[in-house]
Amino acid sequence: MNRDEPLVLGIETSCDETGIGIVRGRTLISNTIASSMDEHARFGGVVPEVAARAHLDALQPAIEQAVAEAGIALSDLDAIAVTSGPGLSGALMVGVGAAKALAISLGTPLYAVNHLVGHIAADIVTPDSEPLEYPTIALLVSGGHTSLLHVRDLTTDVELLGETIDDAAGEAFDKVARILGLPYPGGPQIDRAAADGDPSAIRFPRGLSRASDMAKHRWDFSFSGLKTSVARWVEQNEGSTLPVADVAASFREAVVDVLVTKALDACEERGVPRLLLGGGVIANRRLREVALERAAARGVTVRIPPLSLCTDNGAMIAALASQLISSGRAPSTLGFGADSTLPVTEIQVAERDTVAT
Amino acid sequence: MILAIDSSIGSTVAVVDPATDAVLADCSSDVPRGHAEVIGTLIERALDDAAVSPADITHVAAGMGPGPFTGLRIGIAAARAFAVGRGIPVVPVVSHDAAALEILTRDPDATFVIVTDARRRENAVSAYAGLDSGIPARIAGPELLPNTDDTEAYLAEHLSIARGPDGSGEIVRRSPTSQALGEQPHTTHISAGAIGILAARLLRRGAVPDLEPLYLRAPDAKVPGAVKRVST
Ligand SMILES: [Zn+2]
Repeated sequence: MNRDEPLVLGIETSCDETGIGIVRGRTLISNTIASSMDEHARFGGVVPEVAARAHLDALQPAIEQAVAEAGIALSDLDAIAVTSGPGLSGALMVGVGAAKALAISLGTPLYAVNHLVGHIAADIVTPDSEPLEYPTIALLVSGGHTSLLHVRDLTTDVELLGETIDDAAGEAFDKVARILGLPYPGGPQIDRAAADGDPSAIRFPRGLSRASDMAKHRWDFSFSGLKTSVARWVEQNEGSTLPVADVAASFREAVVDVLVTKALDACEERGVPRLLLGGGVIANRRLREVALERAAARGVTVRIPPLSLCTDNGAMIAALASQLISSGRAPSTLGFGADSTLPVTEIQVAERDTVAT
Repeated sequence: MILAIDSSIGSTVAVVDPATDAVLADCSSDVPRGHAEVIGTLIERALDDAAVSPADITHVAAGMGPGPFTGLRIGIAAARAFAVGRGIPVVPVVSHDAAALEILTRDPDATFVIVTDARRRENAVSAYAGLDSGIPARIAGPELLPNTDDTEAYLAEHLSIARGPDGSGEIVRRSPTSQALGEQPHTTHISAGAIGILAARLLRRGAVPDLEPLYLRAPDAKVPGAVKRVST
């Protein structure tokens, strides 16, 4: 196997995107994403069984498309990579089953990796970018997760500082959109509605930000109370015309404020002047703006991969495996499964025992 | 060589020689969970036992169910991915047909039902009447029936439909899978070997069906109603 510039195909099926990505070393070659988002719209959120069925339907065409776009043959691949967790277990299992069979049919090694760490690896294959510097703080925000990480080394040392204790930030956007009568997915809808709103019109609570929260939940997030307080505000102001723009802008400001504040506090406390953003909610323009502005004021460099690499995708999974291969790691055994709550410290799952030479 | 995979109940993988219908290897794990964990090892072991390499595989046969969704999908995903890797076709097979083939190999004229547990007090049921060019003649199903339904009556009804008024006098014979109501035995193992043999016969007949996964049930999902009030 080419360990310096391995050609890796990554399979990602942890939520509602079937992602197939191909990378060569640090170079992105293709990034195919089939999303079942539209099928979830009428349910107001991702339905696990609908997502899993869509993965099975999308997998084969997505692999064929990715390979065609990359202009390679499957037999050229040095390795297959797959997300083992965290995520929706039924959805993850589709990718795990497929990855194992694909690796056997091609006779290539297989790397089972952590989805969250994959989000960090997305930065590595961002075109025209300098290599990621360590250590870095990483803030990953999507419909499925809201996590703050301290990354000392992508392949060996990732620490979870905090995560949401209830809803993910993306979920909060979806739920508040529903309260405001806006369709799914809520993120872009709230963003649009907030465009003409006053972010300081209503002071919504910042979850887990009180002095009394600092001992236990210094780096954790909570968005459930925020959602309830938006709902209460809307009910209390019934009768008059709902100022949707102001509510949306004020809600968004509360989410953005707490995310950016905690991330930059982590940079300061850990003495790490670097912040990496990832996850689908990074598409939110206000979040990017506030992060860049406040980070600059505090001397923190911010990195944001392009949106196609921020949302769930297979390229980030391939990129992480490529780094594991280059650092000399052995492939995974065939015995792993899907782990819906895989801790971020498990960067690779089921690594084979290396034979001493 | 045909690689056959089924995870509609347990996980099972076989290698079948399409020239002779010989099952060269048949590896299985009857644990109804853990399909994702075992599928790779089973494929590897089946190829090993049959002493063939992935390059020798010309078709992948996939058991399409019916079966519990989560497990069922893993075998289908594996079958499709293996086929993509080799650039070869998938031959989809109804998993109940494989169970039926085992009965009909012993007794080619048998009429019977295959019943598998579909959970939620339902069974997945298919009715069969003999073989048609070596392939089980499925006259009804697979479909979901309440587990209190009399499958003998289901079989009798579909036999008379299938055979018309002239055949209606025919005797419905008891098969190994039909007993008195209430102690209805369920098929608890699908043989990937039989899936592979069926695929070989379908290929020979040029009658490979276009078959999607046989979930038989819509996903559990409720369209949300009005937003709940939070104020008291
Ligand atoms: Zn993600």
